[in-house]
Amino acid sequence: MAGINKDRENPFKHNWFVSSIWLLVVCYVLYTFNAMDLSWGRINEGFGHAGNLLGRMIPPNFSRWSLLLSGLVESLEIAVISSICGIFISLFLGLFAARNMMPSWISSPVRGVIALCRTFHPVIIAILFVKSVGFGALAGILTLIVASIGFIAKLFAEAIEEISLKQVEAIRATGAGFTSIILFSVMPQVFARFIGFSTYQLDSNLRNSTMVGIVGAGGLGGTLFSAFQRFDYDFVAAILIIIIALIMFGEFLSNIVRRIFR
Amino acid sequence: MNTIDHHWERFTLKQKLSRYAVYLVLVMAFVQSVQSVEVIPEFLLDAPEQMGDMFSRMWPMDFAYYPVAVHDAMIETLNIATLGTLITLIFAIPLALMNARNIVDSALCQWISRFFLVSSRSVNSLVWALLFVSIFGPGVIAGVLAIAFRSIGFIGKLLGEAIEEVNMGSIEALKATGASWFSILLKGYWPQVLPAFFSIVLFRWDINVRESAVLGLVGAGGIGVVLDDSMNLFQWDRVAVALLAIFVIVILAEIVVVNIRKRLM
Repeated sequence: MAGINKDRENPFKHNWFVSSIWLLVVCYVLYTFNAMDLSWGRINEGFGHAGNLLGRMIPPNFSRWSLLLSGLVESLEIAVISSICGIFISLFLGLFAARNMMPSWISSPVRGVIALCRTFHPVIIAILFVKSVGFGALAGILTLIVASIGFIAKLFAEAIEEISLKQVEAIRATGAGFTSIILFSVMPQVFARFIGFSTYQLDSNLRNSTMVGIVGAGGLGGTLFSAFQRFDYDFVAAILIIIIALIMFGEFLSNIVRRIFR
Repeated sequence: MNTIDHHWERFTLKQKLSRYAVYLVLVMAFVQSVQSVEVIPEFLLDAPEQMGDMFSRMWPMDFAYYPVAVHDAMIETLNIATLGTLITLIFAIPLALMNARNIVDSALCQWISRFFLVSSRSVNSLVWALLFVSIFGPGVIAGVLAIAFRSIGFIGKLLGEAIEEVNMGSIEALKATGASWFSILLKGYWPQVLPAFFSIVLFRWDINVRESAVLGLVGAGGIGVVLDDSMNLFQWDRVAVALLAIFVIVILAEIVVVNIRKRLM
């Protein structure tokens, strides 16, 4: 009787591969803590400062609401313009990058452009645009257009590559031209997903439009950064609350849009 | 003799109207924004010339600067991204467990976890970095914590969703043996979410490499500090080297992650 259990394989076998990964991770953490001078003393000291900072943030100071409002409006404008332009451009780039729609001599370079837009963080792109078009909202708009292209043009292209070609063939059999094929066989299949990506991009542009101001590209980020530099932490708290409220409102709106287009 | 003459419509009237309403609102918002946004047209006309000027200053790149400052800063950036991703797990795993309906079945817990996850995601990593720089002073700690706090929302949300998709059969089998709550978690849920877990963490690591490259702009360590310094001194040839280094690292990170994820899935 005792032998039965030994023949059977243990269902909860030890996974040595995963354990060794965890061991490596622990070694790495210990090593980097040493290499980067992260000591508990400094972290502890920080907690005191954190209490101090929180004390100065509360209560949030909304007395300079006109400044806050103008930054907020500018952020919103940047987000709206860049999302709409970005989505519009991405529609075409996505189509050109789809390998089942276009020959490879068109799709490969377009894919390269999209990948290039994706590689750099929006803030770095913002720096370059601030240099070339000066401080202000225009740099923010151009930055977020590039960021939008990098993200949704890629997703558009992937969505188009996954469509069923039967409908395309059926429309083509009626003698339809290229535009009609796109409009009546490709678009109906991918439109709902496009809306999903687009609303997601609107959300993320809203988030980023509150950040590009840190390098001078307009919007609420600039207000936030100067408030930080002047140690107006109560105003910082007010701005952060407004940003979080704005983003939650944006998510609420995009949920409604998504429901309409389902 | 009646021929079939009913008109086929893809959407109901209500669907159509609500769709047109969305388009209308979008167009109105766009027009309104374009009219009121402050754009100086001269700057836009000037842009190609300025852009050309910038690139001509960037070329030739100052490759001699790479071993002096860029290399160490790049390693630091990678460390910030990796350590930040690991520290996130301490917060993100409990929040993911609280958020998954099949583990903690309480609306209150879900609201609490969702609140933390959403606020972590809403605040941009640069803003987190600003906060932590004012707490810990300029340096690597601020960068690591900024990355960690920004990633909580992302990892927590996706991991929570992965846990909710677990096949409950094996969980019930374990429950039937009288296994403790912890054992069920470790032997029932964990093996099933393992591939998703590593895939999510690697995906976030890839994003964090990109993000940690810019944290230095607000003083949170890494390659961004080098970038900021060179830019303030208008040494565009050094800026170009730093940008090239970021480009290469980001591409390498993406290749590594894509390959590992392909094997996991």
